[in-house]
Amino acid sequence: MSEAATLVERPVLRERGQREVFCGLTGIVWLHRKIQDAFFLVVGSRTCAHLLQSAAGVMIFAEPRFATAIIEERDLAGLADANDELDAVVDRLLARRPDIRLLFLVGSCPSEVIKLDLSRAAARLSARFAPDVRVLNYSGSGIETTFTQGEDACLAALVPIMPNVGRPLLVVGALADVVEDQFSRLFAAMGIEVGFFPPRRAGDLPAVGPGTSFLLAQPFLADTARALEARGAARIAAPFPLGVEGTTLWLEAAARALGVPTKRFRDATQPSIERAESSLSRVREKLAGKRIFFFPDSQLEVPLARFVSRELDMALVEVGTPYLHRQHLAEELDLLPADVALSEGQDVDRQLDRCRAAAPDLTVCGLGLANPLEAEGLATKWSIELLFTPIQGYEQAADLAGLFARPLDRRTRLVF
Amino acid sequence: MQLTLWTYEGPPHVGAMRVATAMRGVHYVLHAPQGDTYADLLFTMIERRAERPPVTYTTFQARDLGGDTAELFKNAARDAYERFKPELLMVGASCTAELIQDDPGGLAKALGLPIPVVALELPAYQRKENWGAAETFYQLVRACAVPAVPQAAPRCNVLGPTALGFRHRDDLREVLALLDRLGIAVNVVAPLNATPSDLARLGGAAFNVVLYPEIAGQAASWLQRNFGQPFTRTVPIGVGATREFITEVAALAGVVPALGEESRLPWFSRSVDANYLTGKRVFVFGDATHAIAAARVAARELGFSVVGFGTYSREFARDVRAAAAEHGIEALITDDYLEVEARIAELAPELVLGTQMERHVAKRLGIPCAVISAPMHVQDSPARHSPQMGFEGANVLFDDWVHPLMMGLEEHLLTMFRGDAEFHDEATPSHLPATLTWAPEAEKELGKIPFFVRGKARRNTEQFARDKVLATITVETLYDAKAHYAR
Repeated sequence: MSEAATLVERPVLRERGQREVFCGLTGIVWLHRKIQDAFFLVVGSRTCAHLLQSAAGVMIFAEPRFATAIIEERDLAGLADANDELDAVVDRLLARRPDIRLLFLVGSCPSEVIKLDLSRAAARLSARFAPDVRVLNYSGSGIETTFTQGEDACLAALVPIMPNVGRPLLVVGALADVVEDQFSRLFAAMGIEVGFFPPRRAGDLPAVGPGTSFLLAQPFLADTARALEARGAARIAAPFPLGVEGTTLWLEAAARALGVPTKRFRDATQPSIERAESSLSRVREKLAGKRIFFFPDSQLEVPLARFVSRELDMALVEVGTPYLHRQHLAEELDLLPADVALSEGQDVDRQLDRCRAAAPDLTVCGLGLANPLEAEGLATKWSIELLFTPIQGYEQAADLAGLFARPLDRRTRLVF
Repeated sequence: MQLTLWTYEGPPHVGAMRVATAMRGVHYVLHAPQGDTYADLLFTMIERRAERPPVTYTTFQARDLGGDTAELFKNAARDAYERFKPELLMVGASCTAELIQDDPGGLAKALGLPIPVVALELPAYQRKENWGAAETFYQLVRACAVPAVPQAAPRCNVLGPTALGFRHRDDLREVLALLDRLGIAVNVVAPLNATPSDLARLGGAAFNVVLYPEIAGQAASWLQRNFGQPFTRTVPIGVGATREFITEVAALAGVVPALGEESRLPWFSRSVDANYLTGKRVFVFGDATHAIAAARVAARELGFSVVGFGTYSREFARDVRAAAAEHGIEALITDDYLEVEARIAELAPELVLGTQMERHVAKRLGIPCAVISAPMHVQDSPARHSPQMGFEGANVLFDDWVHPLMMGLEEHLLTMFRGDAEFHDEATPSHLPATLTWAPEAEKELGKIPFFVRGKARRNTEQFARDKVLATITVETLYDAKAHYAR
């Protein structure tokens, strides 16, 4: 793989201009569902609170495990005051939610700009509420993080408190519980004991140390990977578990690293592969030959492009990503067609010009762009659904394909 | 610092966006970090707007802070002018850019663009969305409107409707029809669909109709002081208020206050089935305009008892307190959702008339609810004509507020049949056979499937198991069935 990685020197269009992407705070929307006794307190402005509730949209029926400590005019007057205010907010919060075991103070654009030191605040509050509640901090600010980088920052903040020396294999990146359990069963069938990070409960943090190998389940975890490596763990290079091929290569990389015999690997995965391929073949006929355009959003774009081009026979018009991590994506880039148009960063108006000129059959983009493009006659797929829906692994391969097929299917049904 | 789970209003620059997006021929250049572009989806998703809001964001990043963010702003403003060619440019800062003090107004003016530039100062750490909308509209009116002699015929402006306003589109249609029936000509409607040149013509009207004081009050006061245009004080929500509104505008226009077509609400409210509505305990919360109107309609036109009443519009606290006193209660003035939730739980009303927040509270508490005010959800921007104002608006209020409650006769039947063997929540229809056995692991796996597709997954899996003559459903059956039904 490493030899192949060095072969990749693809031209990439780098753009700087208006970015139409979420900031890292948005990751809270799925992270708070994943770690069920964690609470995320954004220290920010009304804009942050408004973003979270707008992005969370349909999920607000239950009381959320996230909130915003809104900075007000008087907090801006003096920092000592802001720290007292923050302590008071945390007191009120923890009194209200005694079930919370892990509290994240999440930095925002305004808290970063006024240089409010949340790591000191976290240390101070942690000492006060130990051992019942642990308080950590990370930044989800838009000036530092793009969308999924918020998860990266959150997980990287957890790495230092992971216990020492654990299972030989760690899967890193938030996955839906149902996906995690499927992977658990597959690894068990290969005789591999596996830990998942982040855990479902704050107290169940997996251990890590020299001798731990880890597999990234998500492509946006640069800082987390670096922090794990600093703890002595080694990353297993692999494509990401999207689609049948991606899942197989991902599992195979782990099996090889941990010395699982080929036959045992095949016996463990074959039934799932056959089932997934048969489901996938029915969606492929609807998508083969269709041209697809990816706007930058979650950093999942490169693995998704690989999946749709290799397993669904779709043609890639442009694959935009907010950030191209060449090392973590090396195996993915090798699998992309040689002539693919990659772009990194964004100038949204110019990218829209390119998209309109190319008139793709399907455009993957954020919610701010989807309806306007539909109104112009372009079929779209909201990219945020790719984060909120279980899409990894064999059993979800056809679901993932279905997400791309549905907008096209819908167009063939509607008659006016 | 204020602990906030959900917020009733966005930041003030979102108010400015509501005005910019409503209008034509304007563009708003907002100095803001990446991430603030989320605000676009409020318009394209909640209101299903077919165009992006006319907003360019500078989306500066941390690495720009050390360098020249002012230059970034100037480039963004210049590019936005070149690309969109607006008649007028609005410039301003979101909360983060306010802290770095780049002075967007000064920077934009220094560009020497051949169009008017309106600089908006919207203090993000003190003010909120509605204030931002009001201030923006006021600044635009000040910048554009020129004095004129009102034309002879009775003529008015209609002020207040914006993008992302609660039923603004439909209210406007009702009010325009009402004015038309009275023979009053409309000079300009703003901000909705108005251009800066339309704002320039505002002086040509004899008076102003203010639909939403939260948004248009400030501009209307300025027009009164400077152009001598009086403005309306009655918001025509409900039958009584609509009649008063007709009287008020007729007097301002000097025409005969013909009532014309009336609402069905009075008859529906007197009809026997509505008897069960008598004294239903109702909690009202929303922006000031909608909350005051809803409390009045609930008490006088539907015969409910208003047991709780409040607003998040602090700017209008005095008006809301006065209205609450008329209902013999004390108003709850807060923008803290937790406080509103606690009050609802304490009062245990039979109906909640509130915003999307109160809908969630009511759902959790098992209380029927109708939404009467922003903040709103995609459901509150319906395809059909669904005004709150005017006589048709009153019809809508009757339907929307009464339907969540159990119908009168239905309530009697439920009491009569309660306790019958086949009349309970868990009874399965008699034509369905007994269910299959689910292995505990399979049941657990099913539980991990998102709730909104779980029912379908269960039905499909059971059908699959019956077809395959399987007595027990295992995890494998679940996934085999999933693969089988995958399209």
